[in-house]
Amino acid sequence: MRRLTSGGVPGFVIRRLLLGIIVLLMVSLVVFAATQALPGDPALAILGRSATPQSLAALRKTLHLDRPVIEQYLTWISGLLHGNLGISLAAQEPVTKLLAPKLVNSAVLVAVSAVVSIPLSVAIGSWAAFRREKVFDTLSSNLLLLLAALPEFVVAITLVLLFATTVFPHLLPSISTIAPGSRPWDHLNYLVLPTLTLVIAVAPYVARIMRASMVEVLESDYIEMARLKGLPERTVLIRHALPNALGPVFQVIALNLAYLAGGIVVVEYVFNYGGIGSALQESVLSHDLPVVQALAMLIATLYVVLNLLADVATIVVTPRLRTKL
Amino acid sequence: MITGTGTTASPAEVATPPVRATSLLRRSLRLWRTRIGVLLVGVLVLLAIIGPYVAPYGPSTPVGVPNSGPGGKAVLGTDYLGQDVLTRFLYGGRSILATALIATAIGLIVGVAIGLIAAYSRNALDDVLMRIMDVILAFPQIMFALVAVAVVGPQAWVIVLAIALTTVPRAARVARGAALPVVERDFVACSEAMGVPRWRIVLGDLLPNTLGPLMVEASLRTTYSISVIAALAYLGLSPNPNSPNWGTMIQQNQIVLATQPWGAVMPIIAIALLTMGTGLIGDGIARTAAGIDRARSAE
Repeated sequence: MRRLTSGGVPGFVIRRLLLGIIVLLMVSLVVFAATQALPGDPALAILGRSATPQSLAALRKTLHLDRPVIEQYLTWISGLLHGNLGISLAAQEPVTKLLAPKLVNSAVLVAVSAVVSIPLSVAIGSWAAFRREKVFDTLSSNLLLLLAALPEFVVAITLVLLFATTVFPHLLPSISTIAPGSRPWDHLNYLVLPTLTLVIAVAPYVARIMRASMVEVLESDYIEMARLKGLPERTVLIRHALPNALGPVFQVIALNLAYLAGGIVVVEYVFNYGGIGSALQESVLSHDLPVVQALAMLIATLYVVLNLLADVATIVVTPRLRTKL
Repeated sequence: MITGTGTTASPAEVATPPVRATSLLRRSLRLWRTRIGVLLVGVLVLLAIIGPYVAPYGPSTPVGVPNSGPGGKAVLGTDYLGQDVLTRFLYGGRSILATALIATAIGLIVGVAIGLIAAYSRNALDDVLMRIMDVILAFPQIMFALVAVAVVGPQAWVIVLAIALTTVPRAARVARGAALPVVERDFVACSEAMGVPRWRIVLGDLLPNTLGPLMVEASLRTTYSISVIAALAYLGLSPNPNSPNWGTMIQQNQIVLATQPWGAVMPIIAIALLTMGTGLIGDGIARTAAGIDRARSAE
């Protein structure tokens, strides 16, 4: 939005917020239209073979299927805003009740992966930049390049082969089924392989950007100045270089967290981990559209919010960008 | 494996080296990583093409006891239906490679067109196009494909279309980012003054001068398409559930990893080498483009 530039940082935040809301509205239209395009009658799908014409008509009325499409959309969207996501066709339960425990499981998995991968990749990237073109840099850069190309299910099954079944059998569980009622942190060893997979999927990107950003910062005048002042190298790196190098990394971290929201689909399926990812896979296979709709909106919202936070964080930590606003 | 825009920062920031695509490719082949990448991709493409002709059995022919280990009639053992693992492995690359290449090509062509038009328009059209791209970008690639399959069904064209459609905004962003500085260059103004039609400026002036980042993006997108399509098959969403397909093979043989790992290990190695190969080629081109750029700015 080059033509609408004024208001400094608050103006920027408000503009991005409005843009995010517009994007989400359009996303909701796409998701709703997709389900409208579906052949077949949702009421029939819910009642199944036991349906009678009377019960079908009654259910159509409660589902507002007899109303115009625009009204149906408005009902659906206001339900979304009130936390009413409809009834799952497969489980015959409210979608919110069905998804709430799975959301917790996924959130734990993503949070643990983020807590492990972000500091790790920042450290790897910084060290590689500090020891530029030395052994560690060459090795880590090439290894990360190769790991970044691997699909996550390939990484996951390779890890299972290595640590659960074939090379070192029974070191770690090959499936991580969280029993209903129990919490992911009750069995920490269940979390190891899924977390490791997600870390391997995300860390290469963050580490690469961190390295590039750190290389640039280390070549800058103010770092030379700090060194010429005779500051110890530790101080130069941690107090002067690191904070400045982290700016561009925020964007990548947020994008990768948003990516994790989608990437967990496959990883949760590999390990049979009961989160929103495997719920999405199941609901797709069983054509459970209210659940698919809810998950699509949830993941898209997460993506938009994280992007917004990334943009704001980048602006806040990079003073020279602020003057361009 | 990032299906989002996690890496758009790097190729987009590579300023546009005005070199011909062929010479960029030739130069990038001086790097070992590009050579290894080309070798890996070449071997696997060859395997996918000639595999079905050299396979010892038919893809769905039972040749022995299910899940038996290597030896006897089946060199790599049999799968859960007693089908020959080696045969199914040799058959399994075609559909993934074909779907990935078609989908990526469609997505790149449309995306690059949108990106270049947005960059060249210099008006509200730019904003409108890029906001539409943002809407598609709000769906992670695999999730978009899953929703499409949920609504329409796991037909091949649905998967191709879903992957193509999610490739579009990612390619458009890179193309736009690369074209924005080119639009301001004098030779574009010169062409405009000469009355060259706008579509010829886009094709003749903008496109050749953005090829460096676009080639990097192309190899990146191919890598992602391969992994998303393989992942969909792995999730049980391929057009034909018993077709020999590397993704499906991994899913079917995952349960017996401990006793007969070959059914899953072979396709895993193949997919890993293929995506590593395309990744290496992309990195090689990116490095070469950046190197040419540095040399020019040093002159």
